[in-house]
Amino acid sequence: MRRGPWLWAAALAVYAFLYMPLAVVVLFSFNDSTLNAEWVGFTTRWYGKLLDDDEMLRAAGNSLGIALAASAVATLLGTMAGIAMHRWQSGSLRLLPFLVLTPVAMPEILLGVSLLIFFRQVLDLTLGLFSILAAHVTFSIGFVAIIVRARLAGMDESIFEAARDLGASPWQTFRRVTLPLILPGVLAGFLMSFTLSIDDFVITFFVAGVGVSTLPLQIYSMIKVAVTPEVNAVSTLLMALTLTMIALASRLAPDLLKARQQ
Amino acid sequence: MAILEIRNVTRRFGELNAVDDVSLAIEAGEFFTLLGPSGCGKTTLLRMIAGFDEPDEGALFLDGQPLAGIPPERRPVHTVFQSYALFPHMTVAENVAFPLQMVRLADDEIRRRLRETLDLVHLADKAGQYPHELSGGQKQRVALARGLINRPRLLLLDEPLGALDAKLREQMERELIALQREVGITFVFVTHSQQEALALSHRIAVMNAGRVEQVDVPERLYGFPKNRFVADFIGTINLIEVAVAAADAHHLRLTAPGLGDIFAPPLAGIRAGERGAFALRPEQVRVLSSKAAADLKNHFPGQVRDYLYLGDVTVYKVALENGAVLEALEANAAPGCAKFHEIGDVVDVGWRHDAGLYLPG
Repeated sequence: MRRGPWLWAAALAVYAFLYMPLAVVVLFSFNDSTLNAEWVGFTTRWYGKLLDDDEMLRAAGNSLGIALAASAVATLLGTMAGIAMHRWQSGSLRLLPFLVLTPVAMPEILLGVSLLIFFRQVLDLTLGLFSILAAHVTFSIGFVAIIVRARLAGMDESIFEAARDLGASPWQTFRRVTLPLILPGVLAGFLMSFTLSIDDFVITFFVAGVGVSTLPLQIYSMIKVAVTPEVNAVSTLLMALTLTMIALASRLAPDLLKARQQ
Repeated sequence: MAILEIRNVTRRFGELNAVDDVSLAIEAGEFFTLLGPSGCGKTTLLRMIAGFDEPDEGALFLDGQPLAGIPPERRPVHTVFQSYALFPHMTVAENVAFPLQMVRLADDEIRRRLRETLDLVHLADKAGQYPHELSGGQKQRVALARGLINRPRLLLLDEPLGALDAKLREQMERELIALQREVGITFVFVTHSQQEALALSHRIAVMNAGRVEQVDVPERLYGFPKNRFVADFIGTINLIEVAVAAADAHHLRLTAPGLGDIFAPPLAGIRAGERGAFALRPEQVRVLSSKAAADLKNHFPGQVRDYLYLGDVTVYKVALENGAVLEALEANAAPGCAKFHEIGDVVDVGWRHDAGLYLPG
């Protein structure tokens, strides 16, 4: 079918609606004015100012550390869950997908509140870095598991039997055959978890406690006063990091971002 | 002593006996084939030999040692899978060397055996390529090389030629025969194709519904099937319902309702009065003009119903007076003569007194 001018106009309008706000944030992060009102001139001083802001740097450090640790743990557990979900589709592990994927589908606010109650009332845990880490692992596992299982689902089962048949123990089969074949999925899962963790606000807000901050929490507390160009600058950096991760993940597991597969 | 002994093995899946009280003895150096239609239990039996499944009853013995409880990686038995199951992330050389690395052979020994094995299957120039860069026949050879390199006691082959086209399959059949002769390893081959089984095997076990119907060398299986299933499954055969009129040491006299008497080769333990089928291969039937047929002991009038011209041969279907239709195969060997009869021709069909076979029951 020929694409008419109306279709182009509609598409442009949708993209403008989606990306104009982001473009404005990026643009004003380079604006030489304290007000987000009109364009004055180009500067990078807001980025410089970020580097002098100790609170901001501490929050960034927390965010990066939590994102790295949480995605590492979630990748390990999620990979195991994905393999288990693929291998045992009947029997007592039938419910595993349900258990693993529930946190993915659950409204964030619900997960945040229930984790808060669980950490405080049940475990009597002091909220802080560890509770944030645990919460991030919880909602990331499901994503890794889905990606790993999708990768396994497309594979010829007899490859793994062939490895055993030719003398490989179950562990050697995993090391030499299964892992190399699912590795792109595992890495994509890691990047996905990292992205989810570094910009999570709602759940982190509930389980962070007093005195510990992450980048999204820090930005939120700053805009309570005013949307300063510094907020634009840190948002731009976060956006760049997230987009890089998503781009990497979609290169490693191209089927991830495709709506229709086979 | 048999290299592999299968003793009264039964494997159930729910209500179904996938393998039902099977006993077989496979000799060292043999090319042994499990032949049967899909669902006959041949693949289940193969999986129990490889160690992916265990029997519910009975036992398997390799070189006299029971195999029960031994995992696949510790059985000196390798498999060539139907889908080839090559490791897609490894090169041809890495695929083929995999079994040697699993037993931690020294590097220079691995290199030596790898070269030797790749030469054996004519793949030396493909060592650095990945499976997706190979043709079907080449993948097949990689799978064979990988199965053979560690010199297993048994090589199991699960319908390995199924995915190849007809010409390539015939070539691979010749290569398989030569390869097995060269390496001297016992092959256990699974197929549903009777033509493959006849071409390749030293001995064939015909399976049906979990049971072994007959174990024999190809010529005897084709020439002397034990029952209707084997007769019908191996090649094409005409079956005529008959009753035994007389039996002695020289011949059987059979009566086919609406047709008359048929003389068949003698068979021990057959008594007059019992019922069964007379089995006759299409190539034993001659389609002749009435005069010429009189020389044959068995001959009946009929009419050509249709024919299939296949180039080297023509297959005629001839309707007899009692309604039975016989298939007859005539070689088109005479120069310039492609076919002898047209549809509707009145002819005689005949065969020698020592052709065909009486099947009881």
